Amino acid sequence: MGSQVKVKKKRNWKHWIPFYMMFLPGFAYLIINNYMPLYGLQLAFKQFSYKKGINGSPWIGLKNFKFLFASEDAYIMVRNTLCYNILWIFIGVVLGITVAILFNEITGKLAKKFYQTAILLPYLMSMVVVAYLVYAYFAADTGLINNAIIKGLLGKEKGISWYMEGKYWPFILTFVQQWKQIGFGMLLYLSTLLGIDKAYYEAAMLDGATRWQQIRMITLPLLKPTIIMLVILNLGQVFRSDFGLFYQVPMNQGALYSTTQTIDTYVFRALLVNNNFGMSAAASFLQSIVGFIFIVSANAIVRKLDKNSSLF
Amino acid sequence: MVSKDQKRWKILAHVVMIVMSALALLPFILLIIASFTDETTALLNGYSYFPEKFSLGAYKYIFQNAATFLRAYGVTILVTVVGTICSVILTALTAYVLSKRNLPGVKIMNLFVLFTMLFNGGLVATYINYVTVFHIKDTFFALLVPNLLMNAFMIMLARNYFEHSIPEEIYESARIDGASEFTIFVKLVLPLSVPILATVGLMSGIAYWNDWQNSLYYVNDKALYSIQAVLNSINESVAALATLGTSSGASAADLPTTTVRMAVAVVGILPILLIYPFFQKYFAKGLMAGSVKG
Repeated sequence: MGSQVKVKKKRNWKHWIPFYMMFLPGFAYLIINNYMPLYGLQLAFKQFSYKKGINGSPWIGLKNFKFLFASEDAYIMVRNTLCYNILWIFIGVVLGITVAILFNEITGKLAKKFYQTAILLPYLMSMVVVAYLVYAYFAADTGLINNAIIKGLLGKEKGISWYMEGKYWPFILTFVQQWKQIGFGMLLYLSTLLGIDKAYYEAAMLDGATRWQQIRMITLPLLKPTIIMLVILNLGQVFRSDFGLFYQVPMNQGALYSTTQTIDTYVFRALLVNNNFGMSAAASFLQSIVGFIFIVSANAIVRKLDKNSSLF
Repeated sequence: MVSKDQKRWKILAHVVMIVMSALALLPFILLIIASFTDETTALLNGYSYFPEKFSLGAYKYIFQNAATFLRAYGVTILVTVVGTICSVILTALTAYVLSKRNLPGVKIMNLFVLFTMLFNGGLVATYINYVTVFHIKDTFFALLVPNLLMNAFMIMLARNYFEHSIPEEIYESARIDGASEFTIFVKLVLPLSVPILATVGLMSGIAYWNDWQNSLYYVNDKALYSIQAVLNSINESVAALATLGTSSGASAADLPTTTVRMAVAVVGILPILLIYPFFQKYFAKGLMAGSVKG
């Protein structure tokens, strides 16, 4: 193959020019959208003002980071980002596998289509719309839960001010996140399940194995590589959070920051709401760098385990 | 030869699936019913699956302020159509080039694309780049360009398709006929790649329709509000409903805000709800193809 390539190259290098031309638009876009911003990373070490621009703003060393870590925000947002991510990775694996295995038991085509359509629907809604759905249940005055359940079924005088008390939000956010993602999680494992050779199950059934035994002895062991890969790859993303989920669903309520603030919401608020440019740039910088280290390490591990599953 | 054990699992599977489907759908049903609820009933008893009194009041309000919502619809549709077309073209071109494993330098080009999946400058650097270098604040480009136009993940997906699903002989015979590389791409490769182009287009279309972040970051001008941006602004303050409908001259106090906000949300998701069942298959396929990742 190597010699063939050489011959082709020698034969006509002009032959390749159209390909480089076709690559140009995509190249230009990635430069604009992904590479040019890298230059702005230095802002974490500068005292930025729009008037002076990136180059004109003076260097201030690590001051932005000092201010960031002196505040309580740094601890809260890192804690929230990491804890939610790790919790959801494990809940996601368990739920995803359970639902995928059960879905696979169903043989009726129409039933399959209906279930999949329904369960996948939340996945393609925007977080703004999800915030409206959550509000319909949790609004203090007009929400369904306060009116129908707490006042109605339980007969209490007063409802709960859901949007004022942070302690409820780990549960609400976890439920909403799983509600939105579960359809995708199911598909993720389903594609592996569909690839398992039916002969294994037929042989097991001839030996009189129950369904549960089949799942434990055949399905789960065969899913194991997929699970490990997905968990590691997801762990590589623990420094990133779904901005929409944490910003929209709690309706941007300040009273809830203790349990809803993540790195992404902090960066946004500091940048565009509180005009706290330095701290925002510092937090954003840390997220990029630490996130990069995590992703590359996760991929390196995956690559060692199974070359085909890694990103690079 | 279905054993008792198998039957029991099937029943369990159906029960779980029915519960999950109900959980997935019920919030949408509540949203729709809430939008048809009478305002006073909603204020008194809250949103309910079984309201005492139905009303079209919320939709009447939307109808009275149709100009605002039609404009937002127009912005959303325009951005979605233009964005999806550009996105498919860009992704297809880039992925096709990367699928040429003999192309000198293709490894570096692959790395160039892949790196964007691993590292990004973050919101601050991206924002400053777009605002101070390209001045896209309050322009149509703000809705179109940042982050949505193309992503490495879709490129990799399409690249694998071009590499494995298009037979090599096609290129040879076309070259013998003297077709240029660009002609081959447009006339031969693209028609053979409809499934992957449809997947890329569908995913991109949904991303554009659902996008509110670019509006949040870069758009203050109400004339450029998309449906999602309108929904977001109502979330930020219900008073926004009043400022949106400047034509009606109604004060914030007598607006049917409780039900209107739900009706606006219904208007926002209606197109997706109507189209989705027909595209569900392709949508699921796109997600699955992505999850397998070659």
